[in-house]
Amino acid sequence: MSTEAKTDFTSNLGRIYTIYTGGFVAFVIFIAILERVGVPNNILGYLFVAFTIGVYAAIGILSRTMQVDEYYVAGRKVPSFYNGMATAADWMSAASFIGMAGTLYLLGYDGLAFILGWTGGYVLVATLIAPYLRKFGCYTVPDFLAFRFGGNAARIAGIVVLMSCSFTYVVAQIVGTGLIGARLLGMSFEMAVFVGLVGILVCSMLGGMRAVTWTQVAQYIVLIIAYLVPVVILSTQKFGIPIPQLTYGTVLSEIQIKEAALGVAASASHIVPFARYDPLNFFALVLCLMVGTASLPHVLMRYFTTPSVREARSSVAWTLLFIFILYFTAPAYAAFAKLEVFENVIGKPLGQLPGWIYSYGKIGLIQICGVNAVDVASITAACGRIAGHTGILSLANFSIQADAIVIATPEIAGLPYVVSGLVAAGGLAAALSTADGLLLAIANALSHDVYSRMINKNAPVAKKLIIARVLLVIVAILAAWVASGRPADIVAMVAWAFSLAAAGLFPALVMGIWSKKTTSAAAVAGIWAGFLTTLVYLVVTRYFPGFGVDYLGMYSNVSPTTGRALVDLAKIKAETPQIFSQGMVLISHPMASRVGWFNVANISAGLFGMPIGFLTMIIVSKFTTAPSAEMQNFIDDIRRPRGEAVMIEKAG
Amino acid sequence: MSEPNKVQAHWAATQRLTYIMIGIWAFFSFFIHMFSPALNSIKILGFPLGFYMAAQGSLIVFVAQLFWFSGAQDKVDRQYGMAEDD
Repeated sequence: MSTEAKTDFTSNLGRIYTIYTGGFVAFVIFIAILERVGVPNNILGYLFVAFTIGVYAAIGILSRTMQVDEYYVAGRKVPSFYNGMATAADWMSAASFIGMAGTLYLLGYDGLAFILGWTGGYVLVATLIAPYLRKFGCYTVPDFLAFRFGGNAARIAGIVVLMSCSFTYVVAQIVGTGLIGARLLGMSFEMAVFVGLVGILVCSMLGGMRAVTWTQVAQYIVLIIAYLVPVVILSTQKFGIPIPQLTYGTVLSEIQIKEAALGVAASASHIVPFARYDPLNFFALVLCLMVGTASLPHVLMRYFTTPSVREARSSVAWTLLFIFILYFTAPAYAAFAKLEVFENVIGKPLGQLPGWIYSYGKIGLIQICGVNAVDVASITAACGRIAGHTGILSLANFSIQADAIVIATPEIAGLPYVVSGLVAAGGLAAALSTADGLLLAIANALSHDVYSRMINKNAPVAKKLIIARVLLVIVAILAAWVASGRPADIVAMVAWAFSLAAAGLFPALVMGIWSKKTTSAAAVAGIWAGFLTTLVYLVVTRYFPGFGVDYLGMYSNVSPTTGRALVDLAKIKAETPQIFSQGMVLISHPMASRVGWFNVANISAGLFGMPIGFLTMIIVSKFTTAPSAEMQNFIDDIRRPRGEAVMIEKAG
Repeated sequence: MSEPNKVQAHWAATQRLTYIMIGIWAFFSFFIHMFSPALNSIKILGFPLGFYMAAQGSLIVFVAQLFWFSGAQDKVDRQYGMAEDD
């Protein structure tokens, strides 16, 4: 591609994406018209999937490249505004889109730990890490570790941490596409996983980072429109003001009045802090999610694509603005849904529940009296078996899964199916864009760090790029294969990725940039110490709690409301001692995820690993030879934006 | 200013700016939310203030501080002749 063509493309970006957005809106209107003339819902759903994936595929194919620089870092010419959008899509996963609002519904104030944790981390990205890595000029995060900390020992440690955070995460995204396809579009789960796999591969295989960048921008536009539309309409219906983020204050007040009327204890109210997480666990979670954000390789590598250090910084600001738009809307979804449940579901006779209860009960997202709310007859029968049930639905007999909140909102607002289809397209965009970024992070670590840097240093460019693509396809198929088994554990493990990244990568990245004294041996020791401490804490508390109690001095966590132990270990030891020695226990095991040190829940395991990582680096650095003068000059060099990148790849 | 002095002064100014950023971040990530039970007794547009700060207020501060930072750091870079060419 000539320089002229490049500038032409960059200066036309605004027009291209405006036309694209207009086209997408026109397509949604077209589907709405089809719905009015009676085209069945499942056809409309398939049209949504086919159209959006078709567009992503077209962008992916148009952005194909045979240049190393384009493949790994999009030629380093992505303007900060667009890189912000792409990073926002890269960052916001199926869980953010579908699950976040539901988590807030279920946890109330304490769920805001996720909102804070998944936004504030960008302050650390912008100030401590991203601009310096951009100046360094690497293709991958392990590249930096290898250069700064003297070679392959640090590179391998970096790759191990990267793989363990990213692989479970990418599997969870593919499971996400399967669930969205199955729940919203009536596809089979396996079919939807396959569609997801194709959607991911067409976007990333031919064009690497370059293709993923321009698809992620397109995916951001779809996901943000899809997220805002239902709740904006809901707010307009209720208050006449299309700004749900403002109007849900009134909703919160109404929720508190309803809670009082329904007999919810004031200490368990939606707005009361620290009722589900005690303050230690709330702030530990916020910290682990923030620091994890600042160390996840698929996020950091997006800032390698900007034209300058200056733009890398402003790009982080744009990223957070685009993420903010979704995250400050999620609590509004939760509040509107909760009020709807309190007003029109709880306290109503079983025969008069709104229709949306059954739509989502059928797919297992809502249970009444312990059974899926399939129809009036089945819930009446189930409630009839409960002694003293009056035929009026009580709070205790109603349960809703986190995933239902965003999915159900269009129907709660009485909107036509086209809006549900739009939400499905948005959820799909969120899952695919995150999967693309993760897949690229994994495949690039394998092709660039393992193959080009360690196995065959002199491979010709064409061969390097073929290897990169083959590895990408293999990793994608492997992830889809794992996902097709619906591994519930892996989805739950995604939150672990943040603690692992926080403990394994953050200390090494920060010390590598901010301390000239940190030595290679210290960094390698620190990465392993932080990573393994966190991993052991996670695995032992979840899968081997008996071992933790017997050999690692763990004890029961306590309830945040009563301050009492969650499990009576002495009693279990006396009555059923055999369950202490069980390994790989299920989540239903009485001790699983309920024991630990200092009452720290395993989701915040990074709280132990981070300080251990930093301390190891500081202490070992005191006993090993200081970095060379050459290395110290190099650190000075990455600290000032001016001048050439430190590590310049031979152009392919 | 001689070149090595400039390098040192630039890094000192960069560190100062970073500490300010981390200070603001720590205040709005942790410190203010320790008082959310008390802040919740203040209501604005129906929002209990403690809830509002965790749901929106802190986030707005994060976004604003990042835009401010990208300008402020650029100013520091230019002042010591360490900025990239435009």
